[in-house]
Amino acid sequence: MSLFERQGGEQERYLQANNRKLNTMFGYPLIPQISSLAWYTTVIPLMVVLSITAVKDAIDDMERHQNDNQVNNRSVMVLMNGRIKEDKWMNIQVGDILKLRNNQPVTADILLLSSSEPYSLTYIETAELDGETNLKVKHALPVTSNLEDNLELLSAFDGKVTCESPNNKLDKFTGILTYKGKNYILDHEKLLLRGCIIRNTDWCFGLVIYTGPDTKLMQNCGKTTFKRTHLDHLLNILVVWIFLFLGGMCFILAIGHGIWENKKGYYFQNYLPWKEYVPSSAVSAIPIFWSYFIILNTMVPISLYVSVEIIRLGNSCYINWDRKMFYAPHNSPAHARTTTLNEELGQVKYVFSDKTGTLTQNIMVFNKCSINGIVYGRVYDKKGMKVEVPEETEKVDFSYNKLADPKFSFYDETLVEAVKKGDHWVHLFFLSLSLCHTVMSEEKVEGNLVYQAQSPDEGALVTAARNFGFVFHYRTSETIAVVEMGETKVYQLLAILDFSNVRKRMSVIVRTPENRVMLFCKGADTILCQLLHPSCISLRDVTMEHLDDFAIEGLRTLMVAYRELDNSFFQAWSKKHNEACLSLENREDKISNVYEEIEKDLMLLGATAIEDKLQDGVPETVATLNKAQIKMWILTGDKQETAMNIAYACNIFEEEMDGIFIVEGKNDEVVLQELRSARDKMKPESLLESDPINIYLTTKPQMLRIPEEVPNGNYGLIINGYSLAYALEGNLELELLRTACMCKGVIWCRMTPLQKAQVVELVKRYKKVVTLAIGDGANDVSMIKAAHIGVGIHGQEGTQAMLNSDYAFSQFRYLQRLLLVHGRWSYNRMCKFLSYFFYKNFAFTLVHFWYAFFNGFSAQTVYDTWFITFYNLVYTSLPVLGLSLFDQDVNETWSLHFPELYKPGQHNLYFNKKEFVKCLVHGIYSSFVLFFIPMGTIYNSVRIDGKDISDYQSFSLIVQTSLLFVVTMQIALETTYWTMINHIFTWGSLIFYFCILFFLYSDDLCLMFPSVFQYLGVARNTLILPQMWLSIVLSMVLCILPVIGYQFLKPLFWPVNVDKIMDRIHYWMNPPVLPPTQTKLKHASSHRHSAYAFSHVWGFGALITSGKTLNAKRPSAKVRRSQQKEAIDLLSNG
Amino acid sequence: MTWSATARGAHQPDNTAFTQQRLPAWQPLLSASIALPLFFCAGLAFIGLGLGLFYSSNGIKELEYDYTGNPGTGNCSVCALADQGRAPPIRCSCAWYFSLPELFPGPVYLYYELTNFYQNNRRYGVSRDDSQLSGLPSALRHPANECAPYQRRATGLPIAPCGAIANSLFNDTFSLWHQRRPGEPYVEVPLERTGIAWWTDCHVKFRNPPLVNGSLALAFRGTAPPPNWHRPVYELSPDPNNTGFINQDFVVWMRTAALPTFRKLYARIRQGNYSAGLPRGAYRVNITYNYPVRAFGGHKRIVFSNISWMGGKNPFLGIAYLVVGSLCILMGFVMLVVYIRYQDQNDEEEDEE
Repeated sequence: MSLFERQGGEQERYLQANNRKLNTMFGYPLIPQISSLAWYTTVIPLMVVLSITAVKDAIDDMERHQNDNQVNNRSVMVLMNGRIKEDKWMNIQVGDILKLRNNQPVTADILLLSSSEPYSLTYIETAELDGETNLKVKHALPVTSNLEDNLELLSAFDGKVTCESPNNKLDKFTGILTYKGKNYILDHEKLLLRGCIIRNTDWCFGLVIYTGPDTKLMQNCGKTTFKRTHLDHLLNILVVWIFLFLGGMCFILAIGHGIWENKKGYYFQNYLPWKEYVPSSAVSAIPIFWSYFIILNTMVPISLYVSVEIIRLGNSCYINWDRKMFYAPHNSPAHARTTTLNEELGQVKYVFSDKTGTLTQNIMVFNKCSINGIVYGRVYDKKGMKVEVPEETEKVDFSYNKLADPKFSFYDETLVEAVKKGDHWVHLFFLSLSLCHTVMSEEKVEGNLVYQAQSPDEGALVTAARNFGFVFHYRTSETIAVVEMGETKVYQLLAILDFSNVRKRMSVIVRTPENRVMLFCKGADTILCQLLHPSCISLRDVTMEHLDDFAIEGLRTLMVAYRELDNSFFQAWSKKHNEACLSLENREDKISNVYEEIEKDLMLLGATAIEDKLQDGVPETVATLNKAQIKMWILTGDKQETAMNIAYACNIFEEEMDGIFIVEGKNDEVVLQELRSARDKMKPESLLESDPINIYLTTKPQMLRIPEEVPNGNYGLIINGYSLAYALEGNLELELLRTACMCKGVIWCRMTPLQKAQVVELVKRYKKVVTLAIGDGANDVSMIKAAHIGVGIHGQEGTQAMLNSDYAFSQFRYLQRLLLVHGRWSYNRMCKFLSYFFYKNFAFTLVHFWYAFFNGFSAQTVYDTWFITFYNLVYTSLPVLGLSLFDQDVNETWSLHFPELYKPGQHNLYFNKKEFVKCLVHGIYSSFVLFFIPMGTIYNSVRIDGKDISDYQSFSLIVQTSLLFVVTMQIALETTYWTMINHIFTWGSLIFYFCILFFLYSDDLCLMFPSVFQYLGVARNTLILPQMWLSIVLSMVLCILPVIGYQFLKPLFWPVNVDKIMDRIHYWMNPPVLPPTQTKLKHASSHRHSAYAFSHVWGFGALITSGKTLNAKRPSAKVRRSQQKEAIDLLSNG
Repeated sequence: MTWSATARGAHQPDNTAFTQQRLPAWQPLLSASIALPLFFCAGLAFIGLGLGLFYSSNGIKELEYDYTGNPGTGNCSVCALADQGRAPPIRCSCAWYFSLPELFPGPVYLYYELTNFYQNNRRYGVSRDDSQLSGLPSALRHPANECAPYQRRATGLPIAPCGAIANSLFNDTFSLWHQRRPGEPYVEVPLERTGIAWWTDCHVKFRNPPLVNGSLALAFRGTAPPPNWHRPVYELSPDPNNTGFINQDFVVWMRTAALPTFRKLYARIRQGNYSAGLPRGAYRVNITYNYPVRAFGGHKRIVFSNISWMGGKNPFLGIAYLVVGSLCILMGFVMLVVYIRYQDQNDEEEDEE
C-alpha cells in the first residue's frame, strides 16, 4: 500500500537467484562421500554472507514496513451510521465518506462532496504529487456541495459513481455521478488525489473512489525496471568462465586421481584400503571430481556479490554526504536513490539532458517590453550605447507603489515615466497583463500579495504589471480586482479562453467598470500575428523587429493584444461556448473552435520579453564534460530556436563550429537526404562502400555495435521530433545514429517524452556505451528510466523526475562532480576491488591444484579448514573494503581539473576480460610460488633440535602465512591513498590473523574440541623457525617484485594518455602546488536565433469560467447565493 | 519532498574529513628513485643471505643408506623378498655396515626416510581420532567414523588407536654398533629414543586415558590394537612415560608428513662418548625389517645427519635466494636501462614541444 514498495521485488528475486546458486554449491560438502572440507568451512561463510544480505534486506524491508505501517495506521475520520468515527487508513474502502481537515493528507482518491468554503471549493497542495508548491483548487458539484456538513444528509447520500478503471493520468478523470435520478459529469477538478494536502479549508467531505494501489499516485509509480550495470553483466560472464575453468581443473584432477589410484593407490591398499564401494580407480575418480569442485569453489567467491553491494552502498553514501553537492537555497543534499549503479557513473559516454529546468533555472524575469512600437527595458551607457545590465546599474524606484514586489528589478526609467504620464497604450498594456492570466493571489498580510502562478512566465508578467502600478489584487468567481495606480477597479470576468500547447495563447473577456466588453489576449507571436486586425500591420512590423531583437538576446517573447467586443456578439458567442463546454464528445475540439471565433481582429498592444535564466555554472560544466569526451545531447520538447539558443548559451554549440546541420524533413526520404549530406560533409569516406563500418554493417546485420567515427571538424546537429519519427519509422536508425554520433553536440527538439526514451534506447542499443539522462520534469521520466543512469533535478517542474531517478540533486552543475569525482572514484575503486578480489582468491585456491600432484589427487586441502573458513570473511575482507571505500588515485581537485582522466572508464580499461585474464595469470603464478617455495623449504628439513618439520600441519601454516603476507603486500601495492583506516585495516588484518592463529591453535581450545581444532601447538613450533620466515620472505619477494617491475615498466613501454597526466599531477603534487587556474569561460553573448516560447500547459481557465473563483471570501452573501444558484443551474442543465 | 518547512542548512551534510573524503592520507608513488634501489638492494641482500644459507647447508654432513632391499642392494634383500605378501611380515633382521674415516661431528640424529608413502592422502590423513588420542575415555571406546575401516575389529572391539595412520605405524627398529678398531668387538652406541617428538605433541596433544587402578593396561581394556600391530598400544615401550598414546615413535608417526617423501626422527645420539659425534671407526646398524614398502614401490632409508644454525641439510633455500637475488639485480639493470632510454626520449619530446 505504500510508495516504497517498488524495486523490492526485483531485487529480492535477484538475490534469491544468487542464493540458490550458492546453496547448491554449498550443499555438496554435506554429502559425506565427496565432502573434502569440514561442514563448517562452507557453512560459516555461507551463513555470514546470507545474514549480511538478510540484515541489509531486513533493514530495507523494515524501513519500508515502517513507512507502510505509518501510512496504514494514520487515522482518518469516516462517516459511519450517521456519526463521524476515527479509523485507520488501511480500513478505508471504496464508497466510504471521509471527512478531511485542514492540513491533512488525502487518504485515497476521493470525490469531493462538500467543504467549508463557498461553492465547496477546496484548496490542495500537490507538492508530493507533481512537486508544484502553489495551491490548486478543487470544487465539488453544486448538488453535493449542498450537503455541506449535515451528517444526516451525507449519510443518506446514495449517489452512484460510474468511473473509468484505475489509470495513471494525474490530470484526467471522467466519470458520471447518478444521484436522485440525474446524471452529473465528473472530471479531475472534483477529484482529490491521494498524496495531496488540504490547505486553507477547514473541512471537506469526500467519497472514496480509488484506494491503495488503484490510486493515481500509486499507478504513477510505474514499474521501475531493475537497472544493472555493465560490470554486473561482466561479472556474470566471468563467473561462468570461472565455473568452466573450475570444471576443467576438476576434470584434470579427477583423471589424475584415476591414474594415481591405478598406478599407486591400488598397491598402497595395505596401508590405505579403498572404500568398500569403490570397485576400481575410475569409479573413485567421480567423487573426487566433486570433492575438488568443493575445494576449488573459493575461486567463485561467495562474498563477491555482498562485498560489491557494500562498496556501492558506501560510495553512494559519499554522494549523499557531499557538501559540494548540497544546494543551500533548497536545503537539499544530493541523493543517491539507487545504490547499485555507482561505478557506471565513471563510465558515462553520453549525457541526455532536458533543457527547461535542467540547463535553465525555469525562473522567468520580465526583462523588456515593446509597447505600441516603443521598446522599454534597454539600458544605455553614457555614450548612448546599448549595454548588458551591469551589477551597479540603479534599479528603478517603485516606491510610489505600495503594493510593488520588492524582489522585482527593472533598469529602464522611461517606462515608469510613461506609466506616470498616463500613456494610454502603456496603461492598456499593463492592464491586459494584470487581467489576462490565471494567477491566484493571496493576501495573508495586508498589502503583501503573494501570487500563485501556474507557469513562471505568467508570474513574471503579472508581477511586472503589479510593480508598474496595475496590481492584480484578488479574483472572485466573476470579477477581477485590479488596483490601477492606487485606485481599485473591479472587472467582471466573462470568460477565460484557456491556454493550451496547441493554441499557444490565452484570452480573457471582461466587462470593464465602464461597461465595455473587452478581450485581452497574449500568446506566441507566430500565432497572434495571424489573428491581428489589418489596421495594425505597420505596428506589427515594428513589433516583429523588436521581437527579433529580443530573440537575439535569448529572451522568451509573448505578444499582447486586445479587442473590444460588441455586447450582443459576445452574448451569442457565450451561448455557443456553454454548449461546447457541456458537450460530451470532442469537447476540447469544439471548445477550441469556439475560441477561434472570437480571437480574431485583435488590436496589437505590444510584446513582452522574459529572460529564461541559465542555471549557475552550466556552460562551465558542459565544457568540462566535453573535455572528458562525454557527449552532451539536449532533448527538449521546446522549439528549435529556443533550444538552439540555450545550446549556444551553454557551450554545446560554439560560434566557431564548422557547421550546423538541421534535420527537419517531413518524410523519410528527405530525412535520409539530410542525414547523408551532413555525413558527406563531416566524413565523406563514410558514405563509400569501402568504408570499414559499411562493410561491417553489411556483414553483420544483427547484434552490432557501431564503432566511433571521427569527423573532420566540429559539427552540430539539430533534429526535430517529427523528423525523428520518420527516421525511426523509415528504418533510418543507423543513418541517424551514425550522423548524430559524429557531431560534437546534438539537439533534439520538439520531442515527446516517448521519443526522448527512444533516442536513449537507440544509443544504448547500437553504441553499447553507458548513457545518462538528466531532467527535472514529468516529461523526462521516460528517458530517465530508459537510460543506464537517470538523474533527477529538484526543479520548478515537480518531483516526478526525481522520484524515478537514480540520483537526484538540485543543480545541473553538480553533474560534473557526480561523474568526474564520485563516478571516477567509484569506477576505479570497483575495478581495483574486482582485480584484487579475483587475484586473491585465485592465489588462494589454486595452491590446492599444485598440491594435488603430490598427494595422490586425493582432494587434500593445503590449508587448515579454519583458514579456508576465515580467509575471505575475516583475514582479507577489511583491507579490500578499505581500499575500495577510501582509495583515490588523485584528489577531487585534479579529477575536475583534468577531465581527461575520465576516459579510461568510458572505454572500461580498468576491469574487463583482459584484465580478468591478467588477474588469473597473476593468481596462477602466485599460487605456484606459494606452493613450491614452502615445499622446497620443508622438503626433508628439520629444526635446530633435529625434530622434523616437514609435517602437513606445519606446511599448511607456512603456505597460509605466506599467502596472507603476499596478498597483504599486494593490496598495499594497490593502495595509493593510505588513510589511517587503511593502515588499520591492512596491517590490523595481518596482526589479527596471528591473534586468531594463536587462539585457534591454543592448547585449551584444541583440548576442548580435539577433533575440530587439530593444530595444537603448530604455530608455536613452526613460526619460531628461521627457515619459515626465510621462505615467507622469498615467496613475498617472488610474488611482489615482478608486479612492481611491471607497474614501473608499463607506463614506459605502453604509455597511455592518462599516465602522462598522472605524471604531471605527481610533478605538481610534489611539492604540493595549486593547479594552474582554469580560464573562466566566456558567456557566449550574441545568439542570432530567436526564441518564442511559452512554457505552461493547461491553466485554471476552465475552473474560473465555470463560475468558481479562488478567493471567494470577498463577495457578499447575496452575491454568493445568486452565483451559487447560477452555477447550479448551469451544471444541472448540462 | 518539501524542504521549505525546515530551517536553511538543516539537511546540510556534516563537514567531516570522512564524509567529504578528505581524510589525511599518505600517497606513496612508485617512482624510479624508489623502484630501482629497491631492486638492487633486494638483490644484494638476497645474494648475501643466499650465500650464507648455501654454505651452512653445505657444511652439514649426511650419511644415507637405502635398505629397502631391492634385489642386489645388500643383505636386506632377503628380508625384502619376504615382504612381498600383504600379511604382516615375519620378523627379519639385516644389517648395514659403514665406516667413518673421521669424526662425524655431533650431535648426530638418526632418521628413517620413506618415499612414495602418501601420508598426505586425504583419506589417510583424516583416518584418526584426535579425541581418542587426547585420552578421552568416551572416545577411546567409541572411535570416530573417520577411522573406518580401522574403527572396530571384526569382533566389534573398538580399535585404539584407531585409523589408518596408527595402523600403518612404522615398526622397523634400528640399533647402532661401533667398532673402534678393526678386530675389536662392536659396542652398542646408545640411541636416545625420547625427545624426538614435539614437546607439545607428547605432553599436551597426546594423552593416555586415565589409569584404571594405576594400570594403563586396564585403562585400555575392552579395546583392540590395530590389525597390523603385534602388541597393544600400552606395550609400545617398557618406559611408563613413553608408552601408550604418548609413545614418541607413535607421536612422531602420527604427525603426518606433507609430502610423499619424508624423514622422521628415530633417535638422537648424544650420550657418553658420542656426545661430540660419531668417532671414526667401523659401524654396523642392525635393522629389524618389519615394514613392507616394496609393494607400492616405496623406499626405506636410514639417515645420519647433524645440523647447523638453520636446521638440517636443505640446499633449496640457499640456491633459491641466490637465484632470486641475481634475478633482482638483472631486472634492476634492465629497468635502469629502459628508464634512462625513455627518460631521454621524453626529454627530447618535451624539448620539441
